[in-house]
Amino acid sequence: MKTPIKSFLFISIVSLVGFGLNPENNGYKIGDIATDFSLKNTDSKMISLANYESAKGFIIIFTCNSCPYSIAYEDRIIALDKKYKLKGYPVIAINPNNPEISKRDNFISMQTRAKEKGFTFPYLLDEGQKIHPQYGATRTPHVFVLNKENSKLIVSYIGAIDNNYSDASAANIKYVEDAINDLLKGKSPKTTITKAIGCSIKY
Amino acid sequence: MKKITVILIVSIIFTCCKTEGKSEETSTVEKIIEIKIESINYDGLELLLNKNDNKTYVINFWATWCKPCVEELPAFEQLQKNYDNKNVVVILVSLDFPNQLESRLIPFVMQHKIKSHVVLMVDADSNTWIPKVDKNWSGAIPATLIYNKNMRQFYEQSFTYKSLDSTLSNFLKTP
Repeated sequence: MKTPIKSFLFISIVSLVGFGLNPENNGYKIGDIATDFSLKNTDSKMISLANYESAKGFIIIFTCNSCPYSIAYEDRIIALDKKYKLKGYPVIAINPNNPEISKRDNFISMQTRAKEKGFTFPYLLDEGQKIHPQYGATRTPHVFVLNKENSKLIVSYIGAIDNNYSDASAANIKYVEDAINDLLKGKSPKTTITKAIGCSIKY
Repeated sequence: MKKITVILIVSIIFTCCKTEGKSEETSTVEKIIEIKIESINYDGLELLLNKNDNKTYVINFWATWCKPCVEELPAFEQLQKNYDNKNVVVILVSLDFPNQLESRLIPFVMQHKIKSHVVLMVDADSNTWIPKVDKNWSGAIPATLIYNKNMRQFYEQSFTYKSLDSTLSNFLKTP
């Protein structure tokens, strides 16, 4: 049985979470230096950004198996990787969900999905859910474009892949592509933050 | 704005017994239940977010595929039921895919016997409209906006009935 005080505390905590501790506000902002990580890929090898010496930057995408929005974007994520890996910006996908809460996001299901869809990029498990809070990812899919400047990884874009989740052909603003095209020209991305509906990260 | 109506024909079969007890008659009555779910874009949503009357509006953003959203739906349904006569209106704004209105959303609403008002948000340009709902909303669901003439607060979180009820009570205090 909950005592009134406990209930009050619970509500207070919920309120705090609602008002003050929005994870997005505590994560990276544009211009911040992103830290590297070492996470397990679906081929069971550990992947770090430091492994990619010649990369000019990265397209870090927090995504998962279970979220329909993530699934809707899978083909577009593969296309992004194919297009920009060659230009120095490979996709690194990270599943931020805790598989104990979201069973369809367990490691074996990740392996199956990566194989089925023929992912051309690493699909990493954020074991212990330690990396996504550092980035400030709150939903899937949630993109962070990093740009290597003086061997530091600078957060250059945060947000959505494009402006139409339900129909790739109707998307007429491709935020991630535009950001990287700007970076490739040596410019700062014109649009640095966008918002999108997504599945809240389960951790 | 597009309105789609699905008409469900429910056949209710009942037996009518005559008082004399000598003859029995079976008849079939067809009852028509209409489920209308309006598809809205941001202009339609804006109207729901800015009503200026004596009611308190509880606007919940959800989707049938969002597990924590579906888990908290009974709390919103209960709230609608308990505050029905107290000027509280619950509106469930579904963010299901527009092409799944008939295949997924309407069957879900029927199966779960949802009584609260449900609308389907079909505006895919979420970067434009999310900040207009609340500037701090990351876009993750579930999320809920509660407002009336005096107060307005956005919650990017899940609710239990208890936490929802007590949050709502802050809005219902007479100033």
